[in-house]
Amino acid sequence: MRVVEKSQLMSATEVDRTLQRLAHEIVEKSGGTTNLALIGIRRRGVPLARRIAQAMRGIDGVEVPVGTLDITLYRDDLSKVAAQPVLQSSDIAFPVDDKDLILIDDVLYTGRTIRAAMNGLFDLGRPRSIRLCVLIDRGHRELPIEAAFVGRNVQTSDTEIIEVRLNEVDREERVMLVERVS
Amino acid sequence: MPQRFRHMLGIEPLSAEQIAFLLDQSKSFQDIQRHPLKKLATLRGKTVALAFFEPSTRTRISFATAAARLGADTMNLQAEVSSLRKGESLLDTVRTLDAMKPDCIVMRHSASGAPEFVAGRLEISMINAGDGTHEHPTQALLDALTIRDRKSALMGLNVTILGDILHSRVARSNLHLLGKFGCRFTLCGPAMWLPRELECLGYPVRRVARAEEALEGADVIIVLRVQQERLHEPALPLEEYILLYQLTPKRLGLARPDALVLHPGPMIRGLEIDPAVADGPQSCVLEQVTNGLAVRMALLFLLIGAASADSEDAADAAH
Repeated sequence: MRVVEKSQLMSATEVDRTLQRLAHEIVEKSGGTTNLALIGIRRRGVPLARRIAQAMRGIDGVEVPVGTLDITLYRDDLSKVAAQPVLQSSDIAFPVDDKDLILIDDVLYTGRTIRAAMNGLFDLGRPRSIRLCVLIDRGHRELPIEAAFVGRNVQTSDTEIIEVRLNEVDREERVMLVERVS
Repeated sequence: MPQRFRHMLGIEPLSAEQIAFLLDQSKSFQDIQRHPLKKLATLRGKTVALAFFEPSTRTRISFATAAARLGADTMNLQAEVSSLRKGESLLDTVRTLDAMKPDCIVMRHSASGAPEFVAGRLEISMINAGDGTHEHPTQALLDALTIRDRKSALMGLNVTILGDILHSRVARSNLHLLGKFGCRFTLCGPAMWLPRELECLGYPVRRVARAEEALEGADVIIVLRVQQERLHEPALPLEEYILLYQLTPKRLGLARPDALVLHPGPMIRGLEIDPAVADGPQSCVLEQVTNGLAVRMALLFLLIGAASADSEDAADAAH
């Protein structure tokens, strides 16, 4: 399988601006940060969650707790994903009970990752609410899941892939639309 | 770096890199033992066959619990009531189990090499849960996980193994595992239980008859169970063993102040270990049990959570 880059959807500056806007939106819709906690989904949801938390500190001056969640154990397609599954550690150092959680990921596609993440969170306790925040919503849902906070909606076809590159993981920062060519 | 595993027959053939990967994976499974809800659906629909041809309580319960927490079902073969008593061969018994289509067989047997013998003749994944005096790989992994948690690294530790080393598969697996990380070993016990051949494994091993000498400067002390059924060969009075080799607070005082005490269980208080040591702050006995779950969950996950080898690695193309 080969992939070719079709277009750039976001530059580093645009990613940053979008995250600032999302942080403001979350704080506004939540009436502050009092009961909030952010959960970044491994891998690229984790740096996004950290950056949104940092932006919130700029807005409210408050440190919002950030946790990370690995969804490997909750996938419904484990045997389709990789020859050898590898579990990364989840790190949620605060009780999720009665918290208003914001689940953060880079791309919302079928919704299966989010379904798995919610299962994982419920094993840890009973949050008061869970809302979803994504950098890109590309459509093609297979489950009844929607994001409350969306960086950008992108129309895509089945053969296209959204590639989010972040400094912390990929040592470069941009969002691209690429296409699979067989 | 992810590693592929089809069987877990012993520690000896593994590389330090593979062991480190298994320990890292086990680390991730430790968290789950602290969750309010411990049951996952990860291996839902998978079946683990527990074939214990030798009596075992803790290892069998540990594997059964590990499978249950991952959502897998278990089928249980108990040697005492099985057809082995009626004269069926080992291979026929295991073939019968295999025909019920489990995804993995966990096997304990009194004959060294039995799991490997069976693994070579069937297609199914095999985990060795202890074979004769050969290996007990999951015990060595859980010991290493426990040591790494408390000491932060395995490299270069002084490890003293105390007791019946001759008959101990735990000692052998631990030598192979910790030896690959550059640990130095002192083996101590009555002379008839200190086989010379362990000096030839390629690890720094010394054999010492006096417990006091063996404990001096130890970072880790692994106390082995005295298998009383073995004491008659040749005769060694129990009282004499207690007098010379029991790990007492006084003897423990000769080791490093932060030395760890491990015991694979079942532990006989007042025989190989003094109750004050067994319950003391340096004892890791119960941590070992909890870590056993994490190690066994990690192994089951890696062995049967994986896809067929030819499936494409599509992990990151998910969106």
